[in-house]
Amino acid sequence: MNEKTEKLIDKKGIRGDGRKVDELRPLKLQVGVLPNADGSAYIEHGKNKILAAAYGPREMHPKHLAQADRMVLRARYHMAPFSVQERKSPAPSRREVELSKVIKESLEPALFLELYPRTGVDVFIEVLQADGGTRCASITAAALAIADAGVPMRDLVVACAAGKVEDQVVLDLYDAEDKLGSADVPVAYMPNLNAITLLQMDGILAPAEFEKAVSMAMDGCKKIYEIQKEALKTKYMVVKETDKEIEE
Amino acid sequence: MPTFFEKKQLVTPGELLAEGDYLPGENTFVENGKIYAERIGLVDSDNKKVNVVALRAFYVPKMGDIIIGTVTEVGFNGWTVDIKSPYTAMLRASDVLSRPFKPQNDELSAVLNAGDLIVAKIASYDRAHDPQLTVGEPGLGKITRGQLLRVTPTKIPRIIGRKGSMISMIKQETNCQIILGLNGVILVTGKTPEEEEVAIQAIRKIEEESHTSGLTDRITQLLKEKKQPPQPEETQQ
Repeated sequence: MNEKTEKLIDKKGIRGDGRKVDELRPLKLQVGVLPNADGSAYIEHGKNKILAAAYGPREMHPKHLAQADRMVLRARYHMAPFSVQERKSPAPSRREVELSKVIKESLEPALFLELYPRTGVDVFIEVLQADGGTRCASITAAALAIADAGVPMRDLVVACAAGKVEDQVVLDLYDAEDKLGSADVPVAYMPNLNAITLLQMDGILAPAEFEKAVSMAMDGCKKIYEIQKEALKTKYMVVKETDKEIEE
Repeated sequence: MPTFFEKKQLVTPGELLAEGDYLPGENTFVENGKIYAERIGLVDSDNKKVNVVALRAFYVPKMGDIIIGTVTEVGFNGWTVDIKSPYTAMLRASDVLSRPFKPQNDELSAVLNAGDLIVAKIASYDRAHDPQLTVGEPGLGKITRGQLLRVTPTKIPRIIGRKGSMISMIKQETNCQIILGLNGVILVTGKTPEEEEVAIQAIRKIEEESHTSGLTDRITQLLKEKKQPPQPEETQQ
């Protein structure tokens, strides 16, 4: 491959996959896709395809992990062996353990952990296909799954990344940009409370570029939030609409 | 002190509902003097109180609630009961036996065994201790017959109806005894399986359509329709 010679952004400011610098990838969200889980969500973010299932609050197993004063949130991020070009070993890798922790910590501020002591909520995130920015898509889907399970939340959590490619700050990096670009800044955000719950940076950015990336990612989050909110409402709207048909 | 919703509007967690001179009701919380929703549900305000009727929730035990549970384990001096809640309940042997309990004399599994269903009342519960149950009141105890169904616990008030209007109508029309466990488990006991089936269908319909208007009329209609089919058969004979 001649990756070095091929430009990630052309002279007109169009990226490798045809997007503008501040454009999100196409997004599709669906809630309640897994009847066996208490709550579930499915996200297609560009070529990413991710399932999230939430269970609980329920008794903690193993019992010694239960906390006497609060609820415990556990997250498991896992990539299917077929989710990437080269087969990925199904055993949890260092990266997956880290992402599980990061996702857990970005969702925790949205929950009322102190309300249900000695219980646990489990979120399972299964990446079926990966194309860069899976941690962000996972957070968006996991927040929906938890809300669908009926767990009280302060706010939904949305996540989106921004980064630097070809000396330009761009929104929502895909796989090639993530690998060949010079920086990646994933941001998780609670839109109504205007609070950031996850902020990471991989690469090098000047302070001004960093600020631009964060505000760009936050704007992206707000756009995703609208779709996320609609997806959650749609599940319950369907019930409402079938009722109307019956009445008519 | 504005509000940001229309009556019966569908809201998602974190949606701003009201500001200023309002009180947070069910499924809402306050942050910086603003009221937000904490579950997906339908908003409604009652005077100055903003409530969200949740479309999805789980059962949190409350003292005095009547619930229906399954015995999961027989212990040394009582039973462990699954009450479809984040917390498992305990039923003490001395509560069931009306005499002092001695482990040497009494075989607990002969009274209630794993898998048995019971109607019980929450005797005590707080955030530090798992709920304790009691069956020492009329109408409580082991379930011997009938059919069970589960609904989301938040739908129970809708099934009861205003001052019990909905549930008493179903009971009357189907000749069934219905016990509503506040944990979302419902016991229907009728004289025939057909009558039980009609009652279950009515309850299922309420569960699915709980957030629509004119539901009482539709349930009345459903019950009337289901009652009719036996009559034509009689005339044919």
